[in-house]
Amino acid sequence: MSADAPSPAEPCSFYRYRHLLGIEGLHPPEIAGLLDLSDSYVEQSRQSEKKSAILRGRTLINLFFENSTRTRTSFELAGKRLGGDVINMSVDSSSVKKGETLIDTAMTLNAMHCDVLVIRHGESGAVKLLSEKVNCAVINAGDGSHEHPTQALLDALTIRRRKGRIDGLQVAICGDVAHSRVARSNIYLLTAMGARVRVIAPPTLLPNSIDRLGVEVFHDMREGLEGCDIVMMLRLQTERMKSAFVPSQREYFHFFGLDYEKLGAAKPDALIMHPGPMNRGVEIDTDVADDIDRSLIHQQVEMGVAVRMACLDVLAQNHAAFLANKPNNPKSGTGLK
Amino acid sequence: MSKRILLKNARLLDPATRLDRTGDLLVVGETIADVGTLENASADSVIECDGKALIPGLVDMRVQIREPGEEHKENLTSAAHAAAAGGITSMVCLPNTQPVIDDQSLVEFIAREARKIGLVKIFPYAAATRGLQGKELTEMGLLTGVGAVGFTDGVKPIASAQVMRLALSYARTFDQLIVQHAEEPSLTNDAGMNECEWATRLGLPGIPAAAETIMVDRDLRLVELTGGRLHFAHVSTADSIDAIRKAKARGLNVTCDTAPPYFTLNETAVGDYRSFAKLSPPLRSEADRLAVLDGIADGTIDAIASDHSPHDQDSKRLPFAQAESGAVGLETLLALTLAPVHQNKLDLLDALAALTCKPADILRLKLGRLAAGHPADLALIDIDRPWRIEASKFKSKSKNSPFDTLPVQGRALRSIVNGKTIFELES
Repeated sequence: MSADAPSPAEPCSFYRYRHLLGIEGLHPPEIAGLLDLSDSYVEQSRQSEKKSAILRGRTLINLFFENSTRTRTSFELAGKRLGGDVINMSVDSSSVKKGETLIDTAMTLNAMHCDVLVIRHGESGAVKLLSEKVNCAVINAGDGSHEHPTQALLDALTIRRRKGRIDGLQVAICGDVAHSRVARSNIYLLTAMGARVRVIAPPTLLPNSIDRLGVEVFHDMREGLEGCDIVMMLRLQTERMKSAFVPSQREYFHFFGLDYEKLGAAKPDALIMHPGPMNRGVEIDTDVADDIDRSLIHQQVEMGVAVRMACLDVLAQNHAAFLANKPNNPKSGTGLK
Repeated sequence: MSKRILLKNARLLDPATRLDRTGDLLVVGETIADVGTLENASADSVIECDGKALIPGLVDMRVQIREPGEEHKENLTSAAHAAAAGGITSMVCLPNTQPVIDDQSLVEFIAREARKIGLVKIFPYAAATRGLQGKELTEMGLLTGVGAVGFTDGVKPIASAQVMRLALSYARTFDQLIVQHAEEPSLTNDAGMNECEWATRLGLPGIPAAAETIMVDRDLRLVELTGGRLHFAHVSTADSIDAIRKAKARGLNVTCDTAPPYFTLNETAVGDYRSFAKLSPPLRSEADRLAVLDGIADGTIDAIASDHSPHDQDSKRLPFAQAESGAVGLETLLALTLAPVHQNKLDLLDALAALTCKPADILRLKLGRLAAGHPADLALIDIDRPWRIEASKFKSKSKNSPFDTLPVQGRALRSIVNGKTIFELES
């Protein structure tokens, strides 16, 4: 699509939404379309001349209400490699206690004719709320414990490129599923694409009725890892210790930390993933994390840029179609959802 | 000489006596003088009822008014107009204002203002503990003396078992009622919705149904221990209703109410983070919703209150976790309570009893009856009249209703307090 893009007023053929707020509800062809496009951007990023002009003249704003280095950098690089103008805004969470400020901030950026707004916020649903108030396309870069769709897409792209498929793989997601937006987005995406997903954690770190999301539940690492192709570790946030979700780091690592001994239960060629940043020695053993034959952690970061380039491309395209067709002409519907 | 008003040709419905007949009602001054076939009675004025239902005015035992302190959300006048439009003739306000209604002067303030407004009767609950802090009891005797009809910490539970024990015991001195928002605070996870699959999908923490059940179980033991008189506000779970059912069978002095959202909606109403469906207690599962209906039908749930909780846009247009809890309800109480009647899931007189005589009895107020000698607090209602709830047209200052645009049946045509018409529906 990057090479022979259709006329700018046409929305993307395989992804007909104005925003990317979550994976839940997306259909497999929509996900596959995004992954295919991402594949093409992996190559672009590996060349010495990394820049194209897909987003030339477009304004992209990274609006981060929660600290982030890697996701923000990844979006920034993606926007710049496509030739867009990228602005980063980190809003100190303490100054945004009041919701008026939240919506007002977004409205202000909207008035500046931003094309794509990438938002991270600590509250579930906050990105959706903002998307209802602004005109521009919105990408959810993580909202509370709800969703982190580009993370799930980059994980899927990493798996697909290494294993050649997602369908039929056995994937284990281990750790703090209850508070993880990464876990939710991955569960929706992987099950939609035909993988069999397990979650492994103590019950205190699993949300109510998690089995209703189509996953198998395990409380024992060795049992849960049995026969797995992919082991996805989640970050254990240290504040969870204070709330006594787990008694100590030592105990957590003993039972749920990934080391070679527990990994032995998985398939011999099982691969390890982590959304970062890692707590070495808490949820993952350093040797395992650094095992270049098994760990996909650095590939995940690389795929992240490609996936975000694809998402920006698609949403900018749909946004242009939206703007071109907006003037009160009911016949010029773009079919955008 | 007192003015005589004859309400003619009405369907007289008195839930306390299960009266349901066509007839007339005579008001003399502020009091009901006679009920029956009174065609020939002399009167200064006649109100033709056209066969519509004449019922005791609704007694709403749980209303947050926000005056003093947050008058931009609601004040006594706007609440009184909203109540009158909903067929409510008496309401009881919660003490969670700023300042908290925990001393005599504030109870007197509410009574004085209500008299000045001269519409709906407004009775205050006073705080059970000073400043709603859950620690020291308020001056229950003195507060009773100036008109407090019960004691509650409002939207907060009385969390300490010892404080609850003392409140129940001490209130016995004055034969007073303690009203509890039953929720074990350490189990709420600072959450705003029910713990369920839906919450998991939304990435929101949940309040387990057990948080309510555990508090109900605990308090029932304390009623047993103290012999106090306890009322649970807005019960919402199957298990807590069942616990109350069994306690009543054992003869405990306990009553409870619920509110229309708990038998009209379930947890899925939260949808995509709809903060208007964020209530406290949260909307529960479908099984719980059905249990609430069963509880009303079999009398375990004594009363239905509006649980009116006005909030402005700025308090609701926030990420779900930060948004305030609660919904306005004064203007939708009657129609939403009649919905299960129209669906044949609830008997008409049972539904009306939960809105009139039963809350009046719990509060020990001589209200809620179509009987000679009782105050002429009446509502003329059209039980079948279809209309659409339009929050923008509410008389309440706040429009936070999860029922906006819902088509319903049943509407107040006229509300009368002490013989005086305070509301008439524009046709």
